[in-house]
Amino acid sequence: MDLKTTYLAKHVKELKPSGIRKFFDATAGMKDVISLGVGEPDFVTPWHVREAAILSLEDGYTSYTANAGLPELRREIAEYMQDYFSVSYDPNHEITVTVGASEAIDISLRAILDPGDEVIVVEPCFVSYAPLVTLAGGVPVCVQALKENQFKILPAQIEEAITERTKAIMICSPNNPTGSMLNQEEMERIADVIISHDLLVLSDEIYAELVYDGNYTSFAAIRGMRERTILVSGFSKNLAMTGWRLGYVCTPAEITEGLLKIHQYAIMSAPTMAQYAGIEGLKTGREDIDEMRKSYRQRRNYIVQSLNEIGLSCHKPEGAFYTFPSIESTGLNSEQFATRLLHAEKVVVVPGNAFGKSGEGHVRCSYATSMEQLQEAMKRIRRFVETL
Amino acid sequence: MKLTETEIEIAEILEKNARLSNADIAKMTNLSIDETNKIIKKLEEQKVLVRYVSLVDWTKVDGHQGVTAMIDVKVTPKRDVGFNDVAERIYRYKEVKSVYLMSGTYDLSVVVEGKTVNEVAHFVSQKLSTIDSVISTTTHFVLKKYKHDGTIYDEDDHDKRIVVSP
Repeated sequence: MDLKTTYLAKHVKELKPSGIRKFFDATAGMKDVISLGVGEPDFVTPWHVREAAILSLEDGYTSYTANAGLPELRREIAEYMQDYFSVSYDPNHEITVTVGASEAIDISLRAILDPGDEVIVVEPCFVSYAPLVTLAGGVPVCVQALKENQFKILPAQIEEAITERTKAIMICSPNNPTGSMLNQEEMERIADVIISHDLLVLSDEIYAELVYDGNYTSFAAIRGMRERTILVSGFSKNLAMTGWRLGYVCTPAEITEGLLKIHQYAIMSAPTMAQYAGIEGLKTGREDIDEMRKSYRQRRNYIVQSLNEIGLSCHKPEGAFYTFPSIESTGLNSEQFATRLLHAEKVVVVPGNAFGKSGEGHVRCSYATSMEQLQEAMKRIRRFVETL
Repeated sequence: MKLTETEIEIAEILEKNARLSNADIAKMTNLSIDETNKIIKKLEEQKVLVRYVSLVDWTKVDGHQGVTAMIDVKVTPKRDVGFNDVAERIYRYKEVKSVYLMSGTYDLSVVVEGKTVNEVAHFVSQKLSTIDSVISTTTHFVLKKYKHDGTIYDEDDHDKRIVVSP
């Protein structure tokens, strides 16, 4: 009996595995590898945040919390949203603490999609968006942010993709993998389209704190958008807490009520010790975030200039910790480039097409790694490009 | 003195890693190499950048282990010059690595390094305590250095992340 054919659901069988997985497997057993392929901070969670979790364990806080998360944590999130992004959410009815932003995206999609509903997914983007839409019974409609527009989606491109089945748009800014960030004016023009077609936006704002040029604006802060925004964020990137799996979703009570039901049945509540760490992070993590941001900015400046000098042209990303250089000058496609670079120089980058069609011709280089490693990586990439 | 934000940033970068080339620092701060050279030169001249040093863990090197003592020194300050005069008398000895004026129950904190306990003891009894204004000394020998100037010795700092992640 073939278990796969007999038992695996059709839509799961059809789901493609992430293109990133292949590169992970290829590096297995390799020594002296420098990885620019990591989508997480190189910092360890600040000690006082770790300590808060340890203390919560020592004090015996090992049981479930309220489904939506510890009330104190939700209050801190509400305050943080107000102070830093000028959006107000009711901690009792509009904030749900989740197992990472990933769960927040998943339950949000499942809460809003009827079978066949379409979601416009702006690519290049995080690898899970389109699969999660599919798993929620929806249909992902991918639109491509283009290099010539600094990988920012244009309102007209969204407009073109809208049908009567369209329910929402998924956007991540600052963006993984391109680092591009929409400014307020660009967001307002996208908001016009969203409002005029009566849609929702699922705004992945996980990189909101890692912005180096310009000011960050939350989608929920754009006029007329608070009621139409499902704001997803978390602790992974700003406080270097990826492994804690702690995120949250802020959205009006009517939608929260829906997604909370899914969270309640599927998850119960986010890990309790992680939630205590989150409270500490929001209360006293400001200096840590500022310091990490400063360090990322220096490394961004360094890598952007270095890649351009090597001949891999690359726009200066406003946020996140990724650069997305074009490798077209090498005559290779992005998978060839990444594979050959790995074997020739043991440097890991992620082929841009793993993040969507318009990522082809680019590779994602994360600069969340030490300056020493970046210097060595640039040396190796230069040597590699020169041999082509 | 007042420094610009960029000047402060360069001082911070060098404080963390003095081995970065000026060209790399220029890239990190978005300046031209010329501008960077100029700022670094200025900071050096103003003694904001005092000296470039390495943190060496001599306990790992046979025959170079040595001993460090932290000495609490009580002194009688002098009219007009206060503690500066006696601090100067003390810091001129090459055995003395640091001198700080302290608040609290003693006045100067003096860090002394020597090859052996005897050598340090000799320095304290023959030199330090015989200085006119020194009233008393309390010597504490360092048994082990765990962290120095923000750096943890023997830290497990290997990258624990998986090599590729989305």
